[in-house]
This record gives sequence, structure tokens and C-alpha cells, in this order.
Amino acid sequence: MELLKCVNVNKNFGDKPVLKDVNFTISSGKIIGLLGKNGTGKSTLIKIVNDLLTPTSGEILVNGKKVGVDSKKIISYLPERTYLDKAMTVDKVIEYFEDFYDNFDSNKARKLLLDLGLDTSQKLNKMSKGMQEKVQLVLVMSRKADLYILDEPLGGVDPATRDYILDTILTNFTEGASVIISTHLISDVERILDEVIFIDNGKIILQSDCDELRKKENSSIDEIFRRMFKC
Amino acid sequence: MRFEFDNNTPIYIQLVEQLKICIISGKINPGERLSSIRDLALQAKVNPNTMQKALMELEELKLIYTERTNGKFVTKNHQLIDEYKKQYADDLSNQFFLSMESIGFDRSETIDYLKYLGGDK
Repeated sequence: MELLKCVNVNKNFGDKPVLKDVNFTISSGKIIGLLGKNGTGKSTLIKIVNDLLTPTSGEILVNGKKVGVDSKKIISYLPERTYLDKAMTVDKVIEYFEDFYDNFDSNKARKLLLDLGLDTSQKLNKMSKGMQEKVQLVLVMSRKADLYILDEPLGGVDPATRDYILDTILTNFTEGASVIISTHLISDVERILDEVIFIDNGKIILQSDCDELRKKENSSIDEIFRRMFKC
Repeated sequence: MRFEFDNNTPIYIQLVEQLKICIISGKINPGERLSSIRDLALQAKVNPNTMQKALMELEELKLIYTERTNGKFVTKNHQLIDEYKKQYADDLSNQFFLSMESIGFDRSETIDYLKYLGGDK
């Protein structure tokens, strides 16, 4: 089943092309790494899939339908930068999510936050950056979505927190759902990926099954990436 | 069970190897029921799809079998397990002989050396 399909997607900022003729399909039940250097169009592509930017041309289909209100219900998105008001307490944010999303499971979120030993009456701006990232991830993973899109979930956190984040992703995505993880920290994520998509300079360079690629090239995804995009 | 991975080879192949060792060493007993794919994947911290692929491979090797509705079990065929064990022991020994060869021991010298280490005259 085609969960997400991008057809000839182009995006220009002014006269600068940022995405060039992007085509790919993602099926259900996969964890996909969207890998590329900084500034190659990963976040732009993700924003387009989330209907936060409109493509200059081309089409995005989620479950066969154009993106819009319906696709937002089934996509759970972790943006690169938070959109939450940091003066809010975690309790308030949970209420907010409950209000916003039918498929948000607040019991699950509370349980995960309890496991973290977090006091939910605390305000976001009183927490460390790592803790804020964990809270955001817990919120996003506590929605029963068809597609989770995580934009740089590992950015700027320590290795132990990275492990927590990866475990939380693995343990909590709905069975049969897909997860897209954009990152440049490839060696950290590659063991949990089914497929990778390499993006460079606004173009999709490669889409492949991870283990096939390792077998073919006899090296890790990280190494293949480094070889391909040597500066 | 503890799993360790090296990112340079396909993860499912490493899973097959490590589960095979668990079976031939008796860490998982013949006839024992395996945890669900999702639970095993979580233990190994890998994608459930990758775990599924590894289990399919083990099933093709006849080391595990599926009982519909009941889950997956380790084979009760002790003879088969012993065959795999012997095969594995052969592979490991050959690797060892090759390493010894690289520092100038031929096969019989290596065997003599092992006997010497084992306290045999």
C-alpha cells in the first residue's frame, strides 16, 4: 500500500530551486531514513509533506489523497524547532494535544513521561534542552498515527539521550505505521532503518533497502554516505 | 539475550548468526517458544521488519518452525542442531588454522601446539 507518494515535486524560494523533480513512494510499515547534508532540502520536503509549504509544482499524495486536513490527522510530525509556548507546563501541553488530536493517547504520554521521571507540573522553559526534546518526542509518538515524520530528532542531544529517543521510536510507533526520520547522524540511526533515501542538492539520489545496500557495498550506510558526498 | 551489531554487514544476517549461536549453544532450548517478533526486535533494538526477515531465514534453515496461532518455536530435532553445531565448529577451527598459518604454523604444528597448551606431551 502506498502511504506517501511524491510526484515531480519542485520547490523554488524566489528564483532559487530548493527541490528538483522529487519522486518517491513510501509504503506502510517501514522506518525510513531521509539522509542528506545540511541545507539540501530535507526540511523543506518534510514541510511540504506536512502541508506547511506548497510546492511550486508537483503533487503529494497521502493514502492516495492530496495533502490537507485529512492528511494532518494521520501524520504525526516532530518539527526541527518547537512550536510550543515554553511558558506552558507539561500538563498544559498534554491538554493542548488532547484538544487538538483525536488520536492522541494522553495515558500513554503520561506513562512515558513518568518513566522519564518528569514532573509534569514543570514549565518547559525550566527543563534542559535534552528533556524538552524528549517531551516533544513523547507527545508526537503518543498519537496513533499512520505516518510519523521526525525532523532531526537527534539534533543537539547527548548519545544516551539519542538511545532513549531511538528506543522510544521503536517501541511506540503504531504497528503497520511508517516512520520517516530525517537526520545527518547516520551511524546512530542506521540499525533501526528499513530503507534510506539520500537527498542532495534538492534531488533524490538514491532510495534503497538498507541491508541490500550494505550487502552490495560491503559497508555501513554511514560510510556509503560519506563516500558519496565527500566534500 | 544480548545482541551486538556491526553496521558494515546486513543486520538481518548478523541476527541470524547470533540467534543460531543461541540455539546451538543451548541458550535457547530445543522446542522452546520464542518471544514475539516485536518483543525480540525490541530486545535487539532493531526494526521489527529486520527481525522478521532473520526469523524467516532461520525457518528456512529449519532451526525454528511456526505453529499457526501459537508462535515460533525452536526445532526439537537435536540431530539437526548438532549438525549446525559441527558446521559452526568446523568454520571456527578453519579460521583459527588460517590465522595460525599466517604466523607460520602449519596444520600439524598448530595441533601440536594446542596439545602442548592443553598439557599433553
